[in-house]
Amino acid sequence: GKTRALDPMLKKRDDFEDILEERRNSSDLKYALRCYTPVLYKGVTPCTSSMLKSMVLQSDQLHYVINQVSKETGKATDDIKEEASAILEEMAQCLQLSTVRFFAFTLSKAFKTLFRSICVNEDGIQRLQQAIQEHPVVLLPSHRSYMDFLLMSYILYTYDVALPVIAAGMDFMGMKFVGEMLRMSGAFFIRRSFGGDKLYWALFSEYVKTMLKNGFAPVEFFLEGTRSRTSKSLTPKLGLLNIVMDPFLKGEVFDVNVVPVSISYERVLEETLYARELLGIPKPKESTSGLFKARKILSEDYGSIHVYFGQPVSVRSLAQGKVNRCQFNLVPRHIPRRPSEDIASFVNDSAYRLVRAQEENMVLKPWVLVASLLLQYHHQNQAAGQKRGIALVTQVVSSSLTLHRGLVRICEDKVQLAVEQDITTYLSTVFYYIAVILLSCASYRNQALHVFVRPALLALAIHTASSNQKQEVFNSFSFLRNMFSNEFILCPGATVQDFEEACYLLVKTGALQFTQQEVLVTERGHRTLAFLSTMLDPFLQGYQVVCRFLCEEATETLTEKQFIPAVRKFIKKLLLAGRLRYMEVLSSDLQKNSLAALLRLGAVRKMKG
Amino acid sequence: MPKYTKPPSHLQEILKWNGWGYSDTRFLFNKKGQAEFTGKRYRLSGMIIPALQNWFEGTFGASVQHKSPAMPILTSSAVQPPTLNEAFVDELKSTGIPCSHDAEDRVFRGHGHCLHEVFALREGKVGRVPDIVVWPNCHNDVVKIVELACKHNVCLIPYGGGTSVSSALECPPEETRCIVSLDTSQMNRILWIDEKNLTAHVEAGIVGQELERLLNESGYCTGHEPDSMEFSSLGGWVATRASGMKKNIYGNIEDLVVHVKMVTPQGVIEKGCQCPRMSTGPDIHHFIMGSEGTLGVVTEVTMKIRPMPEYQKYGSVVFPNFEQGVACLREVAKQRCAPASIRLMDNEQFKFGHALKPQVSSIFTSFLDGLKKFYITKFKGFDPDRLCVATLLFEGDREKVLQHEKQVYDIAAKFGGLAAGEDNGQRGYMLTFVIAYLRDLGMDYYVIGESFETSVPWDRVLDICRNVKARIIQECKDKGVQFSPLSTCRVTQTYDAGACVYFYFAFNYRGLSDPVHVYEQVEHAAREEILANGGSLSHHHGVGKLRKEWMRETISDVGMGMLKSVKNYVDPKNIFGNRNLI
Repeated sequence: GKTRALDPMLKKRDDFEDILEERRNSSDLKYALRCYTPVLYKGVTPCTSSMLKSMVLQSDQLHYVINQVSKETGKATDDIKEEASAILEEMAQCLQLSTVRFFAFTLSKAFKTLFRSICVNEDGIQRLQQAIQEHPVVLLPSHRSYMDFLLMSYILYTYDVALPVIAAGMDFMGMKFVGEMLRMSGAFFIRRSFGGDKLYWALFSEYVKTMLKNGFAPVEFFLEGTRSRTSKSLTPKLGLLNIVMDPFLKGEVFDVNVVPVSISYERVLEETLYARELLGIPKPKESTSGLFKARKILSEDYGSIHVYFGQPVSVRSLAQGKVNRCQFNLVPRHIPRRPSEDIASFVNDSAYRLVRAQEENMVLKPWVLVASLLLQYHHQNQAAGQKRGIALVTQVVSSSLTLHRGLVRICEDKVQLAVEQDITTYLSTVFYYIAVILLSCASYRNQALHVFVRPALLALAIHTASSNQKQEVFNSFSFLRNMFSNEFILCPGATVQDFEEACYLLVKTGALQFTQQEVLVTERGHRTLAFLSTMLDPFLQGYQVVCRFLCEEATETLTEKQFIPAVRKFIKKLLLAGRLRYMEVLSSDLQKNSLAALLRLGAVRKMKG
Repeated sequence: MPKYTKPPSHLQEILKWNGWGYSDTRFLFNKKGQAEFTGKRYRLSGMIIPALQNWFEGTFGASVQHKSPAMPILTSSAVQPPTLNEAFVDELKSTGIPCSHDAEDRVFRGHGHCLHEVFALREGKVGRVPDIVVWPNCHNDVVKIVELACKHNVCLIPYGGGTSVSSALECPPEETRCIVSLDTSQMNRILWIDEKNLTAHVEAGIVGQELERLLNESGYCTGHEPDSMEFSSLGGWVATRASGMKKNIYGNIEDLVVHVKMVTPQGVIEKGCQCPRMSTGPDIHHFIMGSEGTLGVVTEVTMKIRPMPEYQKYGSVVFPNFEQGVACLREVAKQRCAPASIRLMDNEQFKFGHALKPQVSSIFTSFLDGLKKFYITKFKGFDPDRLCVATLLFEGDREKVLQHEKQVYDIAAKFGGLAAGEDNGQRGYMLTFVIAYLRDLGMDYYVIGESFETSVPWDRVLDICRNVKARIIQECKDKGVQFSPLSTCRVTQTYDAGACVYFYFAFNYRGLSDPVHVYEQVEHAAREEILANGGSLSHHHGVGKLRKEWMRETISDVGMGMLKSVKNYVDPKNIFGNRNLI
């Protein structure tokens, strides 16, 4: 809109198109059976999934590893080959158009009842089409829901784009029928952990590379590794990214196009499920019958989805000047090697960049801001014993309120969280019920955190710094940023850039002024800074309480398994005693992150055995 | 100024001063727009090439209407007057060795055939050139010249055939001393032939085709045939580590040389015997070969010779795609049954080769061509936009050649290759010699280009071909070239452990303000890509000044130190100051 045009910092975003609109006006069956002729990568030769498997089994890489394993274990190479073939059988996708058509039909029905709209940026689709023709493509969607990868394939089918093959966790395989259906719609399955299993690693990486190099299909995986239960982006996992970048680094392809995709749900299907999980309320294991029980979900309204296909990123241009590709000249390329330092840091930096690209293109609904404010008010009221809410102003807000009616209530024309102020009066049974609501609400606030995190860290830094000296503030910022780098997406080594970005934004909004040496908060800046630092308060308190727990309770050594239940018990006690403000600190995600941070900072030590 | 004496034989008079090859030989588009190849020297000479115009215009987006002609003659005002070291000149003249400081002579020896060098000449621009040219007649003349150069501290730059494509002949602009071009062209005799040991002792200034012609008279040959053999010299081959088309039978220059004599500022370096192999520490020949004129002047060489082959046969094979072709070449190398020459052209070059077919005289041949094309594309299902062709040359006694031929065709068949006749093969090799003339034609119509080479392990061949070609296209686009470039390659030599790959690239530079700069940036990027893909800095063109910046990473710090310490010992005053290599 117009406001965007005024600010050159904000990039112009593509327009969205609702793909469900046509589905509501024409036959789903016709749609599922329509002619599907995607454009393929230029050099592509048609390749069946069985050909693919045999290419992997016959590759130099695999031969090498099989011989190596045989030497180490004394097993006959033929036996290992058979083992390899079985693993591949378990792993491989077998994409079939008929299955895709089946999904196209059923998902059309489901989506229409669940969602008001599914909006896609068509310019992004066009860029993707172009990218697919030029170089092998990797799709990197954000991961907030099980829905994600079916949704991706559904959209690509709709736009006649080549269907991807998708790296999926083995947990799906528990659901026999569904697992096979997913396999036929392009999913391939990876064991969650295969630590030192050379054979498995070789098969897996070679399988992915073979599909990628031959331009067989776009390869899709989730950089975050798993669904984010908190709506915050997760620290990227590097394994698969390493694998898909390898063919470029070794010169096996000219380039690889990586396309970050941002999927924004107005309300995820798993909303309360996630909150329960974070609170440690046992979740049902994924099973086919469980999925059918989820049918009641179908009767609810989940608002709209926005899917934004980002600008394709060329791995070649990412690597320009950062990686010396000559390092592969002296050892045959099929011999597996640990990535060198420059490659490891290149992949890590790229991963952060890509997650940030996902974050930047997320679509935030007004409700996200409403939720942020409601949470702040709730806790302030709690402290002051008042009942403050947000005035019901616009239609936009009221429309999200119907969607989230489980979380809010309207009281004297004011919107409030559907929670009593004083938690100490709660019965133990409703305690978790309240916590679920607060955590759900926090997950909406979290959607906006990537926008605020840098200025918020600066606000907090100004608050905690011993003086207004620029250097002091920077040191304080740097400390906080380092502390929270497991919590938010903060690229390693980018402290100065982040600081400058935060300063720029706060100066621009008129909250801060800089003199030669000092940072000054303006008259009207106090409110902004208070809002920003309050946003990080729950996290600060969470990290503090974990530290307290470790100091007070965990005098003896603690196993990793015991940690969460013990710290949870500790926190619950404090909450009920009224000594903690934020119920959010019950979130196991926050607890794990703070432990990881303390471990990283050397405050806690990990002992083997 | 005193009058100088010029030597009797002067190849310079029949060669172009601002382009490739003989003055009487060039491509042009005649009034009808048809391409013609002038002169009488080549098989293609005097013929009309009907398809070239279409190919040229279609490939480059160029037009025969848009000319960019060269300056016809050199204006001597463009050439800076020579910086002469009077004492040196006086003593030189007293020796009676011919010399000259004519502008034309100096300009002729101040460049090789890199694009930027020829482009500048065509625009009539001349940079730093030698101040004086000397023509020694024998080894002893060279000894005298080098002594005088040392005595008077002048800079010597040896000059052989002038076919360098590495900026090796460019005078360093920072050189303030008098620069003397030492032209070896008068040292062009075969001094003796030893039939018992099959060696010939030859003066290093002899040009390739002349050496073969003279040896042929006695029933022998060296078999060393680099693409530049019409003009390049024996001394130049030694100084750059040259490679010949038929190296599979005869070997590269390092395999052919038995003995070398080189004059350096420290004196003459040579071995004390003519033995086939020695275990006497590092081979001093390897300091000489590839020294690129930085250590001294090669004056005499003993080379292996062979009886002339009884029988020669050309051949060609069409493959459905480049991948299959490379796989076939790899297999041929593995079985060590490569013919005298085997080359694989990619699809773009295959099409280019087709565009160079001369007008056919009979309806019958054109009918046969049509039939062949039908058979390959329709009957065999080869995609005309993917197929590629290998050209072959067999040599030896008749029976063995035929046997060998069968073996190679059998291997080719396993990779989907179809024999495509002798004619295609022969034309392929003939094009090797005329292709250099085509660059001049391109430059008449806003098209500039060049070829460059590398060597690479077998497992990298396909990757390097794909990536370097793609890099060229991408860089052209990024650098604002308005038309899509020609970016093509061929595999020209096979070895046990790898292959030699040649890249050709050219583009239409209309709309660019500094086309040569753009060209150089693209070539630079392409070389980076080659190195990043495990290719070498050079297979046989050498380093010169063009590729110097990559030497350190190519041979390591210690390697550089070794070369530098040799240079410091042999030539402490940097008399051989062309500043190539290190």
